[in-house]
Amino acid sequence: MKKLAILATLAVLAIISAFAVTTIDFWKTGYEVGDTATDFSLKNVNDKMVSMADYEKAKGFIIAFTCNTCPFSRANEDRLIALDQKYKDQGYPVIAINPNDASTNERESFTAMKKRSREKGFTFPYLYEGNKKVHKTYGAIKTPHVYLLSKESDELIVKYIGAIDDSSRDARNVDQKFLENAVDALLAGKPIQVTSTKAIGCSVKN
Amino acid sequence: MPALAFTLFFSCKEKQQKLTKNELSTVKNGENVNIERYDFDAFEPLLHKEDDTLRIVNFWATWCKPCVQELPAFEQVANEFSDKKMKVIFVSLDFPGQVQEQLLPFVNDRNMKNVILLDDSKGNTWIPKVDESWSGAIPATLIYKKGQRDFYESGFDYTSLKEAIADYDL
Repeated sequence: MKKLAILATLAVLAIISAFAVTTIDFWKTGYEVGDTATDFSLKNVNDKMVSMADYEKAKGFIIAFTCNTCPFSRANEDRLIALDQKYKDQGYPVIAINPNDASTNERESFTAMKKRSREKGFTFPYLYEGNKKVHKTYGAIKTPHVYLLSKESDELIVKYIGAIDDSSRDARNVDQKFLENAVDALLAGKPIQVTSTKAIGCSVKN
Repeated sequence: MPALAFTLFFSCKEKQQKLTKNELSTVKNGENVNIERYDFDAFEPLLHKEDDTLRIVNFWATWCKPCVQELPAFEQVANEFSDKKMKVIFVSLDFPGQVQEQLLPFVNDRNMKNVILLDDSKGNTWIPKVDESWSGAIPATLIYKKGQRDFYESGFDYTSLKEAIADYDL
């Protein structure tokens, strides 16, 4: 009987520890290169819903978490437009997502996003995340933060995570175009040399 | 000499210039606020001092709301431990073009001490040298004394900052 009690206790402990490990993994969320990315359905600044599934001909996507106010995001807006213009026709369009909680910051509201998109002449969708927390699934904790995805047998595989280039703050000082190099490698069917990079950015306001 | 440093700073707005350890430029405005400007190579020794001072190195910027919100907690702790071997260093990541209009007036109005400007756009090179785990989001804070160190890619309030330094001998 005593043995049974010990066994039962062990079983319970095993279940608890298994659960604890799962919980820790859960909090370590966010994609790594090679992971499969999930699609989303978010409202664009033109009031239409956008999903990656809408782009039947795309070979992949440049997903950019960005926002209206962060100086680093603003410093990268023109670069995002250039990337979209360069790669949309080659199968890798830009989709921008604003992960900030608009309820605590009026300047990140959907209306403010519409204004920013119009002012800058965004050529790509600029999506309002609202409470859908796509950035948490992706692991984007700051803006700007870019994910390059590539379609492989109907799955979207993460190929690159990080900054657009090596001088996020100042476009005039760029030596290495990390993201362009990655897209070019995909287009050429070659391995990507640098698959993840870091840059200073603004914490996402949840 | 200050005039020379001043000129150096403005010429650097166009194209970032690598500074060596001994060529830190000083920015002054009408109110006589002094902020030393470092590139990462010049700054890095500040992250590895071997003396017996506890250093709290806070990465912030005037445009970063959560950073500005947590400044009073750091200032309060710095005051509270002013008789101990502790130093709080505020490392501004403001853009060089905004130093005159934003950073200097902000530092002057708040009467902030120990503010330096880290002016190095090549984040992918230097961010991992501060801490491997850092994605680059601010606010972020490094606390260290000799070999003991903790890095936080998150904000602090007074209580959590006190807890974070409780493990260190003072």
